[in-house]
Amino acid sequence: MTTFFQLLIYGLQLGSVYALLALGYTMVYGIVGMINFAHGDFLMIGALSTVFLAMAFMSTSGTLSALQVIAIILIAMIGTGLVGVIVEAVAYKPLRDRPRMTALITAVGVSMFLQNFPRALPFIGPNPRPFPRLFPLIQYNIGGVTITSTQLIMLFLSLLLMFILYYVVNKTPLGAQMRAVSMDKDAALLMGININVIISMTFFIGAALASSSGIFYASIYPQVDVYMGGWLGTKSFIAAVLGGIGDIRGAMLGGFILGISEIFATSINSNFGYMIGFIVLILILLFKPAGLLGKFSIEKV
Amino acid sequence: MKIPKHLSKSVLPIIGFAAIYGLIMLLKSFGIANNYHIQILMFAGVNIMMTLSLNVVNGFTGQFSIGHAGFMSLGAYGSAIITTLLLKPSVIPSSMQIPVFLLSLFIGGLVAALVGFLIGLPTLKLKGDYLAIVTLAFGEIVRAGLRLIEPIGAARGMIGVPTYANLAWIFTFVALTLFVVRNVIYSRYGRAWIAIRDNEIAAEAMGIDTTRYKIISFTFSAFIAGVAGGLYAHVVSFIQPDTFSFVKSSDLLVFLYAGGSGSLTGSIVGALLLTALPEALRFLASWRLVIYALVLIIVMLYRPKGLTGGYELPFLRIHRKELYEGAADPTVPEAEEGE
Repeated sequence: MTTFFQLLIYGLQLGSVYALLALGYTMVYGIVGMINFAHGDFLMIGALSTVFLAMAFMSTSGTLSALQVIAIILIAMIGTGLVGVIVEAVAYKPLRDRPRMTALITAVGVSMFLQNFPRALPFIGPNPRPFPRLFPLIQYNIGGVTITSTQLIMLFLSLLLMFILYYVVNKTPLGAQMRAVSMDKDAALLMGININVIISMTFFIGAALASSSGIFYASIYPQVDVYMGGWLGTKSFIAAVLGGIGDIRGAMLGGFILGISEIFATSINSNFGYMIGFIVLILILLFKPAGLLGKFSIEKV
Repeated sequence: MKIPKHLSKSVLPIIGFAAIYGLIMLLKSFGIANNYHIQILMFAGVNIMMTLSLNVVNGFTGQFSIGHAGFMSLGAYGSAIITTLLLKPSVIPSSMQIPVFLLSLFIGGLVAALVGFLIGLPTLKLKGDYLAIVTLAFGEIVRAGLRLIEPIGAARGMIGVPTYANLAWIFTFVALTLFVVRNVIYSRYGRAWIAIRDNEIAAEAMGIDTTRYKIISFTFSAFIAGVAGGLYAHVVSFIQPDTFSFVKSSDLLVFLYAGGSGSLTGSIVGALLLTALPEALRFLASWRLVIYALVLIIVMLYRPKGLTGGYELPFLRIHRKELYEGAADPTVPEAEEGE
C-alpha cells in the first residue's frame, strides 16, 4: 500500500509536468487548429534559460533567495513566452490559411531549429548540464511514504498556474476573446476582436506554461540538455489528445492520467512505461474518438 | 524510324535508369564517386521508396500517417530475422543468397502490410488529426515493443545483417516501386483514393466504399515501407529499434512535403535532395542542422506546394489533369459566368 501511494506521488509530479505542457498544445490547437510540434522545445528553452539565470544570480551572492527564485521563474516564463510569440510571427503566421500539413512540417523545422541552434552555440553545446536547486529539499515521511518539499512546492505551483489559466480563459475579457476566436475566427473578426493579438497571446501563454513545466521537470530530474523537449513534447501531446484536444480541462486530465499510468507501468518495466501512454491513447480513441472530454463534431456537407 | 509512343514510354525510363546507374559506376571507376557517395545514394534510394509509400497515404489518399517509420522497422526486422537468424549466409549455399534475400524482403513487406491492415481496420474510421496521432502512437509502440524482445537484440539491436543490398538492387527496387505506384495510382484504386482525398463525403456519395479503399491504401503503403525497411537493413547491416523513432517518421514527412505531396517526382526530389543536403553541409559541423532547419522552414514558407510544386516527370505523368492535388478545387465552382 505504501508503494502504491509512493508511486502515486511520483505519478502526480510527472503528471503535472505533462499537464502544463499539454495545455500549450491544446490551446494552440483550439485557436489556430495546428499541432505545434515545436512546443516541447519551449520547455527546453525554459529550463535552459533558468540554468543561465541562476548562474548569473549566484555569481553575485553565491546562493539564491526566495525572491530571486521567483524572479528567475518569472523571467524564464516571460522570455520563453516571447520566443513563442516570435516563432508564431515568423514561421506560422504566413501559413495560417494554407493546408495544415504545411504548418505541421514547418513546425518540425522550427523544432529542429530550436534544438540545434542552442546546440551549435559554443557556450551551450550538446552536453547535458546540471540544474540548480531552486526549491528547498526537505524530506517528509508520512506513514512510510516519502514526499519532499520540492515535490509539494512544484505540485502547488503547477496547480496554481492551471487554476490561473482556467480563470483567465473562463472569466476574463481576454479569455472570452480567445474562446470566440477558437469557435469562429471570421465571426470573431467581425465582432472587432484583433485575431493576431489573441493568437500571439495564446502562444505567449502556452510557451510560458511550457517554460514553467520545464523548470518543474528539471527540479525533479535535475539535468538539462537541448533535446529534452523532444520526447516530453510528444508525450504531452498524447496527453492533450487523450483528454480531448482543444479542451483545457481535458489537457489537465490527460496529463495526470498519462503521468500516473506511466509511473505505475515503469515500476513493472521501463520500456512498458514508455509504451503505456500510447496504448492508453489508442484504447481511448477507439471508444471515444474525440478524446475523453472532446466534443465529436459531425462533418457537414 | 519512329518508336511507338506506348513503347517509348515504357522503355525509355528503363534505359534512363540504366544510364544513370552506368554513369555512377563510371564516376566510381574514375575515382570521382567513392563508397561514401554510393552509401548516401543507397540511403537516398531507400528514402525515395519510403517517401513514395508515405505519398500513397498522405499525398494521394489524403489521410495522415505520421508514424511510417513503424512499418519500416517491421520490414527491416522481418527480413533481417530471416537472413540473419533463420537462413544465415553460412548455412545456405551462396547461390541461394539472392533468392533468400528477395524472399526476406517480400516477407518483411508482408509483415508490415499485415500490421498496416490490422491497424487500419479500426483506426481509419477516425478522421484527420486523430488518425495522425494513432499512427504516431503505433510507431512508438512498435519501437518500444522491439526493445523488449530479447532474441532480436532488444534495445541493442541486430548486428551482422548480411549486406546483400548493393546499389544495383536499390536502383531496381526504386524503379519497381515507381512503376507499381504510378500504375496503381492510375488504376481504379488510385482514382478512388484521389476522390477520397479531394472530398470524402462526395466520394462516398458516388458509391466509393471509403473505409475499404482507405484500408487498401494503408496496407499497400505499409507493404512498400516494409520492403524499403528490409532493403535498409541489408544496406547498413545493423538495425536498432531507436533508428525508427518518431524522428525518422518526421524526416519522411519532411521529404514528402518539401518535395511536394501528391507528386511522384516530388517524392524523388525531396528524398534525394534532403538526404544529400545534411551530408553536403557536413563542413558546417554543428551548424549543419541549424541551416537544414532554416532551409526547410524557408521552403515551406515560399514553396508551400513543395519544391516540385506538383510538376510530374513525363514518364510518371498520368494524363488526367484533375487527378493532381488542387487542380480541381471542389470548393471553387468553375466557369459560373458561362451558364
